Amino acid sequence: MASQAVADSVQGAARERPPASVVGPVAWARRNLFNSIWSSLVTLVLGYFLLRWAWGLLNWGVLHAVWTVPVAANPLETAAPCRQAQGVGACWAVIGDKWRFILFGRYPYDLQWRPALCVLLFVGLYAVSASRRFWRKELLYIWIGTLTAIAVLMWGGVLGMQYVPQDEWGGLPITLILATFGLAFAFPLAVLVALGRRSTQLPAVKMLCVAYVELIRGVPLISLLFMASVMFPLFMPEGLNPDKLLRAQIAIILFAAAYLAEVVRGGLQALPKGQYEAADALGLSYWKKTRLVILPQALRLVIPPLVNTFIGFFKDTSLVLIIGILDLLTAGKNAMADPVWTGFSTEIYLVLAAIYFIFCYAMSHYSRGLERQFGRTRNR
Amino acid sequence: MMRPKLQFAAALAGGAILAGLAGAAHAEGSGSATLDAVRARGMLNCGIDGNTPGFSLPDSKGVMTGIDADGCRSVAAAIFGDASKVKFTPLTTQNRFTALQSGEVDVLIRETTWTMGREASLGAEFAGINFYDGTGFIVKKAMGVKSAKELDGATVCVQPGTSTELAVSDFFRQANLKFTPILIDNVAEIQSAFISGRCDVFSNDSSALGTFRATQSNKDDYVLLPEIISKEPLGPMVRKGDDKWFDIIRWTYFAMLIAEEHGVTSKNIDTMSGTTDPELRRFLGLEGDLGKALGLDDKWAYNAIKAEGNAAEIWDRNLGVLGIPRGINALWNKGGLMYAPPMR
Repeated sequence: MASQAVADSVQGAARERPPASVVGPVAWARRNLFNSIWSSLVTLVLGYFLLRWAWGLLNWGVLHAVWTVPVAANPLETAAPCRQAQGVGACWAVIGDKWRFILFGRYPYDLQWRPALCVLLFVGLYAVSASRRFWRKELLYIWIGTLTAIAVLMWGGVLGMQYVPQDEWGGLPITLILATFGLAFAFPLAVLVALGRRSTQLPAVKMLCVAYVELIRGVPLISLLFMASVMFPLFMPEGLNPDKLLRAQIAIILFAAAYLAEVVRGGLQALPKGQYEAADALGLSYWKKTRLVILPQALRLVIPPLVNTFIGFFKDTSLVLIIGILDLLTAGKNAMADPVWTGFSTEIYLVLAAIYFIFCYAMSHYSRGLERQFGRTRNR
Repeated sequence: MMRPKLQFAAALAGGAILAGLAGAAHAEGSGSATLDAVRARGMLNCGIDGNTPGFSLPDSKGVMTGIDADGCRSVAAAIFGDASKVKFTPLTTQNRFTALQSGEVDVLIRETTWTMGREASLGAEFAGINFYDGTGFIVKKAMGVKSAKELDGATVCVQPGTSTELAVSDFFRQANLKFTPILIDNVAEIQSAFISGRCDVFSNDSSALGTFRATQSNKDDYVLLPEIISKEPLGPMVRKGDDKWFDIIRWTYFAMLIAEEHGVTSKNIDTMSGTTDPELRRFLGLEGDLGKALGLDDKWAYNAIKAEGNAAEIWDRNLGVLGIPRGINALWNKGGLMYAPPMR
């Protein structure tokens, strides 16, 4: 009887909206921000600084910003309106002048629709690959087709398109190429290395995999890039030099594969032994067992660290700066060096950061969604 | 990275075919392994900085500009008659010499200072000097100072740990003048310290000072002092052991000076064919076979000047616009140090 009354009152309460002192933003703020004197004080002080900072940013970035500059008689004085506003307002005019160089580097100006299209193709490829509906064999063909199309667009030389050598490529396409090809090749290699390292029947393969992982992990990426760019040509016969971009790409693949291999190995080890034994009991061969039972579960377990490594490597591609490859960051730095626009590097750095953020945030957002989906099947 | 591999293989195959064709055309070769390789490739590999205004920096449209970039194009024009046959390889201070030694680049034109140590130990040598740089001073016009000798008791902004710092203290000690150094590491900070008056004098490489002055909206308020207190001769560098290639680089640079001396520019060079001046006739390839002796076409100098202009044109286009006075980089007969041996 009593429990019936409680249930009634709960239902009644659920039907009516609770008072504003219990739910809603005011109640939330009171509960979390102003629940004691100290908490209120901290909230007020931090809030004050936050507002001041936001106001300052709004002032600098929008209200007092210089968006365009008129054409000056002396090209060196183009930035004069910006210099008058320096320290007060941002100079977005520098982006207006330099955005194509930052995005596409030294790619011939009239042909820059080609790298622009490549960036779109890359983004489309990511979007298609992200959708689980497309996770089947055809995806491989989509990848091969898209990457071929990108290569054709970048190089040209066919279909009436002018040939553009690699040394003229630059900007965002370079960053995307290094990251995409790097991870696309590093990932299968990493799975093989991880499997090899767990191998019990092939000690030689195991030793090789351990040596590879430890050797690569033991040195910084910068030193690997230097090896690829500086040392490697010395070992080659004079005049025979694989392209610098290719060398850097291989260094990135090798480096990323060693790190990813350890992540994958973590997943392999986390899998209960029973799964291996059950697959063995079914009489599956090693490769069938790995492909159908082990890897699907193991990789699912390591999505967060995998994406973490992906994001890290997307940003690490900017280290090719030190070997003189014109990636997004290098192009930005070259844009800053222009004497016309010296002193407006903050604006360029902000734009570069925004571009990197978009890609990295998309990756982490996607991985969270993926975890939720997989979690649902696991917790069912 | 499958495509570059394919492309690399294709390039190898293509290179082999080209080499075969070129080998048939120049059966005996030019006597320079580097020149033969460049011809077979159809492209000059030129090592540059790529991030220094006035020397080599891409403009907003991505076109490489600067005296170093133009030097590369002049050499390409002298070899191929086509200034666009250059592959620019941006190099850092760390990998520039290896890139040259390993043959990744055929010539290094990357504002590299000619020093004895480098020439003696690196297996490479300097083919000339395209820019005499050195430590200089800039002051505010309001100070009324005309010479560095008048800087007694001044406060000087310099970057710590640089050769500039050393040169400045040497200069003041030698001239028996007092000075107070203000050491600031960051270039942007040092510039604002000078503008705001924390120091009377700002010292740096004179080319950098010229660029700084040119980008100020009130640039007439600043004066570059005429003294250059340290020697930083910058020039193109080639591998040792290929003297014919060395000659080509060296004489392409001389050709730019000789053209300026004779008043030959990229614009008027086509009107010069009727000249009777014997040196000019040899220069234009109308007489003699100096080009053949270099292993090039007799029109090599004509092609270089026609494409990129003489030394003055290259200077005006790249450094003149930055407000850098020509100073000691003028021709020898105009008070500078630029001197080319006669072409005969």
